Amino acid sequence: MNTHFKTYHPYVSPFDPCKPILEKAYSTPPNLYMGFQPPNLPQFTPSEALKAGTLWKAFYDPWFSPLEPGKGGLPQ
Amino acid sequence: MKQVPAEYYQIMEQLQTVDFVLVELSLYLNTHNEDLEAINQFNHYAKERKRIKKQFESQFGPLQQFGNSYSGYPWNWDDAPWPWQV
Amino acid sequence: MWIYEKKLQYPVRVGTCNPRLAKYLIEQYGGADGELSAALRYLNQRYSIPDKVIGLLTDIGTEEFAHLEMIATMIYKLTKDATPEQIKAAGIEDHYVNHDKGLFYHNAAGTPWTAAFIQTKGDPIADLYEDIAAEEKARATYQWIINLSDDTDLNDGLRFLREREIVHSQRFREAVEILKDEQGKKKIF
Repeated sequence: MNTHFKTYHPYVSPFDPCKPILEKAYSTPPNLYMGFQPPNLPQFTPSEALKAGTLWKAFYDPWFSPLEPGKGGLPQ
Repeated sequence: MKQVPAEYYQIMEQLQTVDFVLVELSLYLNTHNEDLEAINQFNHYAKERKRIKKQFESQFGPLQQFGNSYSGYPWNWDDAPWPWQV
Repeated sequence: MWIYEKKLQYPVRVGTCNPRLAKYLIEQYGGADGELSAALRYLNQRYSIPDKVIGLLTDIGTEEFAHLEMIATMIYKLTKDATPEQIKAAGIEDHYVNHDKGLFYHNAAGTPWTAAFIQTKGDPIADLYEDIAAEEKARATYQWIINLSDDTDLNDGLRFLREREIVHSQRFREAVEILKDEQGKKKIF
């Protein structure tokens, strides 16, 4: 199982005007790792699939806003 | 102020659900044209979408036109609401 | 030919009257990596690509029009009943004086849509790599829009659209694999 994001630590200068963000993250979605999709991958049920935006669980990689408190409840 | 009943949203979502499976399987089969199991699944849901389309149209009018749906009387294809309005 | 269906691909909901969000969403309507660009890019590339991947470009291009309609729906709902005061507070008065509540194909900075946003090189690999890049850029744009929005209903629809970019990118990557496949070699999963 691959992680859906990676992190790095930008250089911090004493002259940076804004409060430094010590760790930055970027998205690495599942399509980067799948290769040619093999047959018979586990699927969501149809109504879960619509909510997830994909029929196959392996591609599910939701993005939430920091402004949406306590969100969740999508298919596992 | 005419509004669509709750059932409009329910049946519409059933159709959106089945159609989404069909979209996903279509894209998949375009690159996996020998996956028999996926083709069987596709045909199963194609039949299911026909059933739901018929049910929806009998209550709320045609979903497609240019002859891809039957018409009621008077011509009801251009009746509101449109998808972005509901 | 195309047949219109009186139905959105996904049940779009907007929770709050917040016209400012429409200002961000217009990027995915008439911006370089938006849904109009995507639809026109893929459908136009079909005429100079091997038959094996024309079906994929046709279907993804068609789905992009469904996404364009979802974005239009979000913008429509966010601005439909907004007062001139709310328009002004949202910072979309420049759009308002020219178009009222009408939608227009431009990006979030007001630049009108142009064919220069998209490319057809006529080289199948170059075109598919452009498509993969376009999907990743659209995915990133959705991330930044979601980050700016506290409307959980709206974000639900935007999350769906972002996830579709992931799946489309996957299929374009597979199309490259199909085109680079050596003749007669069995595909290995």
